[in-house]
Amino acid sequence: MLDPTANGLHSGESPLLRTIGLTKRYGDFLANDSIDIDIWPTEIHALLGENGAGKSTLVKAIYGLIQPSAGQIFWQGLPIVLAGPSEARDRGIGMVFQHFSLFDNLTVAENVALGLDGKESFKDMSARLEQVSKTYGLPLDPKREVWQLSVGERQRIEIVRALMQNPKFLILDEPTAVLTPQEADQLFIVLERLKAEGRAILYISHKLEEVKRLCDTATILRGGKKIQTCNPGLETAASLARMMVGGEIKQVKAAAGRTTTVPRLVVNDLSLAPSEAHGVRLEHISFELKGGEILGIAGVAGNGQDELFAALSGERLSKDPGTVVIEGIAAGHLSITQRRKLGAAFVPEERLGHGTAPRMRLSENALLTGHAASGMVNHGFIDTAATLKTVDRATETFDVRKAKRDPEAASLSGGNLQKFIVGREILRNPAVLVVSQPTWGVDAGAAAVIRQALLDLATAGAAVLVTSQDLDELAEIADRIAVMFHGRLSAPLATSEATREKLGLLMGGSSLEPKEAAHAVGA
Amino acid sequence: MQLVLEKRAERSNTIALVSPLIAIGLTIVTMVILFAILGKNPLLALHAYFIAPLTDSYSLQEIAVKATPLVMIAIGLSLCYLANAWNIGAEGQFLIGAVAGSWIAVKTQGTDAGAWVLPVMFVLAAAAGALYALIPAICKVRFGASEILTSLMLVYVADLFLDYLVRGPWRDPNGFNFPTTAEFDPVATVPLLIEGGRLHLGSIIALLVVAAVAILLGRTIKGFEIRVVGAAPRAARFGGFNSNQLILLTFAVSGALAGLAGIIEVAGPVGHLQPGISPGYGFTAIIVAFLGRLNPLGILIAGLFLALTFIGGEQAQIAMKIPLDVTKVFQGILLFYVLACDSLILYCFKLVFPNRQVARGAN
Repeated sequence: MLDPTANGLHSGESPLLRTIGLTKRYGDFLANDSIDIDIWPTEIHALLGENGAGKSTLVKAIYGLIQPSAGQIFWQGLPIVLAGPSEARDRGIGMVFQHFSLFDNLTVAENVALGLDGKESFKDMSARLEQVSKTYGLPLDPKREVWQLSVGERQRIEIVRALMQNPKFLILDEPTAVLTPQEADQLFIVLERLKAEGRAILYISHKLEEVKRLCDTATILRGGKKIQTCNPGLETAASLARMMVGGEIKQVKAAAGRTTTVPRLVVNDLSLAPSEAHGVRLEHISFELKGGEILGIAGVAGNGQDELFAALSGERLSKDPGTVVIEGIAAGHLSITQRRKLGAAFVPEERLGHGTAPRMRLSENALLTGHAASGMVNHGFIDTAATLKTVDRATETFDVRKAKRDPEAASLSGGNLQKFIVGREILRNPAVLVVSQPTWGVDAGAAAVIRQALLDLATAGAAVLVTSQDLDELAEIADRIAVMFHGRLSAPLATSEATREKLGLLMGGSSLEPKEAAHAVGA
Repeated sequence: MQLVLEKRAERSNTIALVSPLIAIGLTIVTMVILFAILGKNPLLALHAYFIAPLTDSYSLQEIAVKATPLVMIAIGLSLCYLANAWNIGAEGQFLIGAVAGSWIAVKTQGTDAGAWVLPVMFVLAAAAGALYALIPAICKVRFGASEILTSLMLVYVADLFLDYLVRGPWRDPNGFNFPTTAEFDPVATVPLLIEGGRLHLGSIIALLVVAAVAILLGRTIKGFEIRVVGAAPRAARFGGFNSNQLILLTFAVSGALAGLAGIIEVAGPVGHLQPGISPGYGFTAIIVAFLGRLNPLGILIAGLFLALTFIGGEQAQIAMKIPLDVTKVFQGILLFYVLACDSLILYCFKLVFPNRQVARGAN
């Protein structure tokens, strides 16, 4: 497989992979604008940038998933054109995606076999799978079905699958986004080892501390352009952030002396069977949230956060009204509209298709959640002026940038749409706000606006429940943090006591108190 | 160089209006080729189809009469389709409405029943159409059965039921054994708008339905609910709208309108119940609904246009011996082009000139 010419005189001087002037154009939009990047063997190279900076586009081009509009890719010094990912794999380029492509009902070995170009027998392949996973300390049981595995284990399948092709160059797209801090540490050991073997790694992330710790080189993208290539070890997190964002990030300020009032959202022993196959069963969830307080729920994705949101919002109903109490009224059996009338507001994780109807205008999307309790409907008739006013107020208060007064939701950028959605709910002056992943995939400027809005809402006396996988975000805004694991919710810790280690243990299913250990294992 | 479809940032409202016209244009081009293959003069054929019917008052009235059931049914169907519920069985609901309404007409035949007969026929027809449409809707909501299949299959049930009635219990004793009921009494007949003409009260009802649904969709929260359930089901649930209830509602309304159209057709232009009262109105209305962009005003225009093709088809058959089935071919090709042109609302064509080096990989 090795290209003989690449091992010639200059092999030590030419990078493993080089792009020159790589450009990808979508219509009038330049996703990548003339990007030059060099990747050397024995290097962990970070690709840093905000959402929409062009990181994914660049690696897709390098992995052969999309064709660049202009520019050239060199592999071991020679120009190449990749017709598709299989050609990239043949040359020794591997990739681990952020969103796994695994079949839930198949076993680990079957999933790996599907991803390989399969000239060896299934038995040989299984043996090699076990051997690779053992060598790199990525334990996997080839016979288990994927739906039984944790997110971290699923990621291991993807990594092992990539390693079984013996790549010279491995691309990882935000691998730690779905891991507990401890799992991330284990992953770093594996990556260091791959590097020591002479492989190159392109590591996509926006977690600066992680990049400083792990990576030898960092290339920063912003708005589709390359800003700089630097040694992250010599930079501070703040200087890296400035390069990513192109300016200072506004610090979020918590109002001093926020006082808590009466309980506004109480959940009592909430248990709920999953609504779909392989969904998570909620088990005995209880917590109390007072006015003026922000409770954070941490946890690896897929541990019941979506199910909890549906149960709280009323998208799924509970037979026992007392399981969810909003403003002192048993609401477990009430619809989402009735819960809104009690003063609750909800912001789901998925912006397009759940929080908004993508192909409808912002005014119509204001009506989507405002029709019940915001005076937008008169005897069944829509008050268009009122819906437009909500759009204008959200635009003004939360700095929503858009091309015209009332565009379709899908035409807004992620950050601006999220500001609109959060604004739409906050303008209703909710007593209780349940928000899931408030800043997921949102640029740093918008994230600061949204976090500040949540803090201000709590200061004004509302109870705010924030589910997030971003521990830094929770540390920044939450008063207390609880962790979801396998459909159970830990007792909340005060944020000052919630160290990364403690949260990491809870996220991995361990218990902080020894006497509860047996209980947790039983789950 | 290659031609690619590129997604637009926002749906193009201009194209949404122009796309049916492009579709009509493409259909006419196709028909010209077809006429030429059939050995007919394409220009004369087009004249017979589209111009001749517009030149005399009888034909103009006849277009309005034909458009009446098409528009009423299509308006109901548009509510279903907007809500992502696929009622394909309007033809059956039309026939069942005709049967239910005719029941009163047959039972009061020759009695001195008063002016209440026609209104009761209307109500019964609408109710029967609604109930008949609810069968597939309930099967869908309760058991997850495909409403496309069940509603379509019920068309044939309704067709044969009507056939049985007019050949059996309801057959006109003085009708020389023809499968038909007796001519309806005047109190059971839809009044004409012009003495001695063809235009009847049903056309006014159709216009009222168009206006009512335009207000429903554009101004009311129920109309918003219908649109959002179809456009983004998960967002609709998040908004507090129940899609199952809406499937039942839209099926019931479209069934009621189809049933009403059925009795208006039987008690109006036809005058008695017999097999073949519909030349496929329930199916052609599907084309009308899409050609009219699922928009009430658009449906009114599309209904008149499709009615023109029915009348034009008859003219072309008489004048040029072009088979009547060509009309159905025309309507089918039209639906095909309408759906194809719709992709231009969300996408636009673009010529791309990739640089030479990457051209190989770009297929």
